[in-house]
Amino acid sequence: MTKTMSVQVKKCPLRNQPSFLGKVVSTLAYGDQVSVREERASWLHVATGKGEGWTHSSALTPKKIILNPDSREVRASTSSEEIALAGKGFNKQVEQEYRRQNRNVDFTWVDKMEQIVISQTEIGSFLREGGLTAEGGKS
Amino acid sequence: MSRGYSRRAFLHQAGRVSLAGLTCTVAQSAFGGWLPSGISDLPGTVNKLSGYADSIQKSATAIQKAAEEFTPEQEYYIGRTVGAVVLSKYRAYDNQKATHYVNVVGQTLAQASDLPETFNGYHFLILDAEDINAFATPSGLIFVTRGLLRCCSNEGELASVLAHEVGHVQHKHGMQSIEKGRVTEALTVIGLEATKTFAQSDVASLTRTFEGSINDIATTMISSGYSRAFEAEADQAAVTILRRVGYDPGNLIKMLEQMDARLKPGGIDFAKTHPSPKSRIQGLAKLVASGPALPPPAVREGRFKKALQNV
Repeated sequence: MTKTMSVQVKKCPLRNQPSFLGKVVSTLAYGDQVSVREERASWLHVATGKGEGWTHSSALTPKKIILNPDSREVRASTSSEEIALAGKGFNKQVEQEYRRQNRNVDFTWVDKMEQIVISQTEIGSFLREGGLTAEGGKS
Repeated sequence: MSRGYSRRAFLHQAGRVSLAGLTCTVAQSAFGGWLPSGISDLPGTVNKLSGYADSIQKSATAIQKAAEEFTPEQEYYIGRTVGAVVLSKYRAYDNQKATHYVNVVGQTLAQASDLPETFNGYHFLILDAEDINAFATPSGLIFVTRGLLRCCSNEGELASVLAHEVGHVQHKHGMQSIEKGRVTEALTVIGLEATKTFAQSDVASLTRTFEGSINDIATTMISSGYSRAFEAEADQAAVTILRRVGYDPGNLIKMLEQMDARLKPGGIDFAKTHPSPKSRIQGLAKLVASGPALPPPAVREGRFKKALQNV
């Protein structure tokens, strides 16, 4: 039986091999559902309408993520361990309210550090040149 | 949940030390002064030796379950705000070359962890402080002070510090610091909420719970510290991560030995509130073979010095 899972992170690249060094063939979005075709250690080969490829299992949850839940789904989520609601609970709106009440808490550098992205190409060179391995990404 | 915490920082002591030709001026971390509302009344004395390893172990499963009730998305918003609290106390160190290098090392390690994917990824920042300290917020914002970087004599030692912090993220130690009652409270409000947008009263209620959660984590991270059990768990994760990437996990022991050499018994916060480096080394002894480490390749030495020599 095919297992269905959902993307629980903001962006989920699918790769052509079960490693972070694999080429990205497609990128899934938060809440996208996937069918798991194969498991290799912590990596899953998944298929979606956007294509197929490998992703690390930590990007996925067995729960169904509902992006814009209606009231019935919200109620259902409280009694079900199989449903998670996107954008509910601690979210941007709550952060904004917190910031309004705590103006001395400064998010400037949090926003800046979130912009720091290291390309997979650079990580690959870093590993290779330093005599290191990406074994962790494979297991 | 046991409140028997020890102080959390990876390294943290007073004194002046010289390592590998680098001099580190180490000031006692001053977390007095301004803190966001709710953190000003940090517990001054923490009963750190109340047999907490056992009690934490017993309650760990229940707490972890409660912490897992939050989605990675919610964890991300909590982590951002805890990060902002850290950055309201510490100034960021605006050095692009050093920051980039720390991110390359850190993100490489994070990919080798058991939790390589968090909601918005791992990001690393250097704090402009002499303290020797490091913090990891839920969802993967990791901070290291300049003081700590100056005490790393090579890439492997830096990696051991960063891998330990990734270990805290992987094991959701921050999330597990949230009071259980608060988790229940938040879930109740979320469950009551029936529309796409929160009613104002729900936002107010959730924001109170949010603020409480931030304070629980920040207090633990900054003031009272994680438990010995959590520190040991992060050390173990670090060993695994370092091994997977190909760094000698003995670097972690080297860092702990340096700490031990610098501690003044009985006098300072670190000695008072942290698991002793010796006990952490003992815990690691089963995992890491002792013996002289192989000299790191010249490439690693070169890029480490190039990026961090002026930090």
